Amino acid sequence: MDIEKANAEATDRMMEARPVVVGMGKALEVVPGMRENLLMHAGPPITWERASGPMKGAITGALIYEGKAKDMEEAQKLVESGEIELEPCHHHQSVGPMAGVTSSNMSVYILENKTHGNMSYSNLNEGYGKVLRYGAYSEEVIERFGWMENVMAPVLGKAIELSGGIDVRAMLAEALHMGDEGHNRNKAGSVLFTKALAPYIVKATDDADVASEIIRFLGDNALTILNPVMAACKAMVDAAHGIEGSTIVHVMARNGTDFGIRVSGLGDRWFTSPVGTPKGLYFPGFTEEDSSGDIGDSTITESAGIGGFAMAAAPAIVTFVSGTPKDAINATLEMYEICYAEHKYFTIPPLDFRGTPTGIDLRKVVELGVTPRVNTGIAHKDPGVGQVGAGLVRPELSMFEEALVAFAEEYGV
Amino acid sequence: MPTTKVEIRSGAYYDSVILMQLQRSLAEQPGVIDAGVVMGTEANKDVLSQSGLLEPEAEGANPDDLVIVVKGDAEASAQAALDKVDELVSSRRSSGGDEDYRPHSMETAAKMLPDAHWVLVSAPGRYAAGVSRQALGLDRHVFLYSDNVSLEDEISLKKEAATKGLLVMGPDCGTAIVNGIGLGFANKVRKGPIGLVAASGTGLQQVSVRIHQMGGGLTHALGTGGRDLSEAVNAITARQGLDLLSRDPETKVIVLISKPPAPKVAGELVKAARSAGKPVVVNFIGYATASRRVDNIFFATTFDEAAELAMELVDVAEEFAAEPDISKFARGQRYLRGLFSGGTLQYEALLILESYLPVVYSNAPLDKKYRLEDSLVSVEHTVIDLGEDEFTVGRLHPMMDNDLRLRRFEKEAADPEVAVILLDVVLGYGAHLDPASELAPAIAEGIKGAKDAGRHLEVVAVVSGTDEDPQGMAAQIELLVEAGAKVETSNDAAARYVGRLLQAIERSAEPAEKIEMAQVDLERLKKPLAGINVGLESFTESLSDQGSQVVHMNWKPVAGGNAKLAGIIERMKSKA
Repeated sequence: MDIEKANAEATDRMMEARPVVVGMGKALEVVPGMRENLLMHAGPPITWERASGPMKGAITGALIYEGKAKDMEEAQKLVESGEIELEPCHHHQSVGPMAGVTSSNMSVYILENKTHGNMSYSNLNEGYGKVLRYGAYSEEVIERFGWMENVMAPVLGKAIELSGGIDVRAMLAEALHMGDEGHNRNKAGSVLFTKALAPYIVKATDDADVASEIIRFLGDNALTILNPVMAACKAMVDAAHGIEGSTIVHVMARNGTDFGIRVSGLGDRWFTSPVGTPKGLYFPGFTEEDSSGDIGDSTITESAGIGGFAMAAAPAIVTFVSGTPKDAINATLEMYEICYAEHKYFTIPPLDFRGTPTGIDLRKVVELGVTPRVNTGIAHKDPGVGQVGAGLVRPELSMFEEALVAFAEEYGV
Repeated sequence: MPTTKVEIRSGAYYDSVILMQLQRSLAEQPGVIDAGVVMGTEANKDVLSQSGLLEPEAEGANPDDLVIVVKGDAEASAQAALDKVDELVSSRRSSGGDEDYRPHSMETAAKMLPDAHWVLVSAPGRYAAGVSRQALGLDRHVFLYSDNVSLEDEISLKKEAATKGLLVMGPDCGTAIVNGIGLGFANKVRKGPIGLVAASGTGLQQVSVRIHQMGGGLTHALGTGGRDLSEAVNAITARQGLDLLSRDPETKVIVLISKPPAPKVAGELVKAARSAGKPVVVNFIGYATASRRVDNIFFATTFDEAAELAMELVDVAEEFAAEPDISKFARGQRYLRGLFSGGTLQYEALLILESYLPVVYSNAPLDKKYRLEDSLVSVEHTVIDLGEDEFTVGRLHPMMDNDLRLRRFEKEAADPEVAVILLDVVLGYGAHLDPASELAPAIAEGIKGAKDAGRHLEVVAVVSGTDEDPQGMAAQIELLVEAGAKVETSNDAAARYVGRLLQAIERSAEPAEKIEMAQVDLERLKKPLAGINVGLESFTESLSDQGSQVVHMNWKPVAGGNAKLAGIIERMKSKA
């Protein structure tokens, strides 16, 4: 076993992956292993009993949308009876922000890694405020969801096809030079994404009002590109999955209860620790007491070398943690210490175009006792409320230590 | 009565997080119940509405408007908070946050500051050896302040450092000055021509401040840690320091300081100091010496005296620079033969030579085990007293009759292993009336014979007499000098000269020392000092205050000190 060689291969595959948004489809039709009674969710596996408030809310919302339940009580019965099954998005080449709940009749972006051929999927972004992914499921939430599914998705899907595909890696590289870090700040990327698709959206529908509404919706939402970015990152890290002898932590994900990681050289195993509470800034009227535990698959961005790891590229949002632009630089410098490589394509202007820290090395995390910095949105702890802030969180060290011991056992170190 | 105040600012764009920050600051103002700072989009107005902050004025705001809403327990407090908005926005722009990155790993620290040749270690003792080893692995000198480092670790660290040409100052080294920069607890001492090597922190400080007070200054003051001069550690660091300062042309005088040393180690160190080529002041507490001075070595008994001696010696340092010229000698020439007529002169010569040469044989030795088996046959270094009874049976004392000595001289001069012959020539009433007339031809003959055989024979003669002696001292000396001898009138000076010469020959014959050492790079030590600091924050501050570049490490023990995990990581590294 040659760990160095394995890690070089894993990170190289991660960086050379070139995910392109190639289309849109109903989850049931395109996501591998998707079925009528399955709900995909963020993070490692979870049960109803252990699920957090926002996760329960999002499950309820999805079942209301699917017409299978009217309220949380019914949703709970369906899930606890086993009639509705829960599985991580990650088990289906998919990712979803926050609760990440994706049901069979929801639309998903379809991405293809043009380098290695693997596919990945992610749902559509609903914007800020009260949204399903944060566990809100009021009538207005379901209504907006209906518009997205019935009006926007068909047009968007067609526009993507007309465009010939959106190269997300290239777009991300550009957005990093425009103040995004790809996780908590996607302002520039969302505008680039909307700009790239707008000419085709206009062509994809005869209804100018619909086209206008879609373009406005995409352009107003500074998180529009988050879901395609996450799917792109998923395609990248999947290309680095299962490299014999690699200590690269290529997946980090949270379900609101557990923070889970996977290690390239340890196959499909999850190592988990209880989630922490993010430190950050809260919307008016909310405080840290309102916060749910850390949640979402969006840590796939850090896993792929952007997000919190590229903080130096996004000084505008460092104030989330009462920081300064220097703190943003320091955040990225710290992540270099636990990463195996520097990204070939994602570069940071203030660091003289140094590549972003890429490929979390389990060895270094445990040796230095430094866990990855994760940028994140903050969900309200109760179902139905939605996002209440944004900030920073660090996973617990214990699951990394557990993974290192498992690696040592697996490989006889 | 709770009052809500609203301010709308048109065309003022701020990133949403700046606004959230401002909002938090406003909410912290006295008397403020809640605050909202948002751009006037519909979604944001919804947010304000949820919190009960959407006043009619705010409702009419456009997406380009900055909406600031403050709910206070009274109108005055709300207004006071609103008035502070500009101050809060600008204050957070200028406040703090310019701390340089503090790396967790030494590799990163070394990359950040490649010129940092020193790693200062003040981590807890049980981790200090590991950190020091890492530093040596990265080709860095170590200033090891930590105590509670085991003797085994100290020895292995110092041995590793020595083979790499690196220094480990410590453990438990509280102070040092390198190239004018103080490490640990060091005084501000001006630069100057004196170099210190000290196995005593406060000793180093005391001597260095006294030198400064007397107007002098230092090149380097190297600490070794208190155990360096123990038999176990064998003065590895002190030897390196001595060697370094000996080679340093800017260091004119060296001062060696130690807490009570192991006598054997102290002796070896003093012997090594003999060849420093410059005066060395030795202040080893509790180390008894027979004399106050041996050649270039000056023994001091107090720190003050050491400092004073060093200061005095600076001006005359050049006199000690001359290394004996041994290039004339042929390979294999390495031994001394002393042919004395005076018993006590011979005895004194043996005493003096003892500190230069490990073993000198004699028919009248200091130590019985070095007695010649056969007084007529010399062995290695041999100094004989021809006035002993065994030689004078049936013949005159050699002071009167040179016959025996001349024959012996001839024999020794022909020995290809002999480099130096030492003779005494005792003048005065009763002695031979013209000894030089007999000795000089033999000396000239011996020197010529050696030369013809491709060798060089050094003949040193001690002439003991006065200008009023019947033989005429000046004339006697002249004869001897003409014959090619080096003449001294002091037995002490003659013996020391011979000792130095033979020591130089010995050094050139066996250049490899017992301890494997690579030379410490002097030029590197002279570069502006930059460091990586692991441990005490004050060391970083003090380096920084002295104008040195320093990276402070955000250090934690490997795997948080978990031995099992640290073991796995270590094994992974060795596999890689």
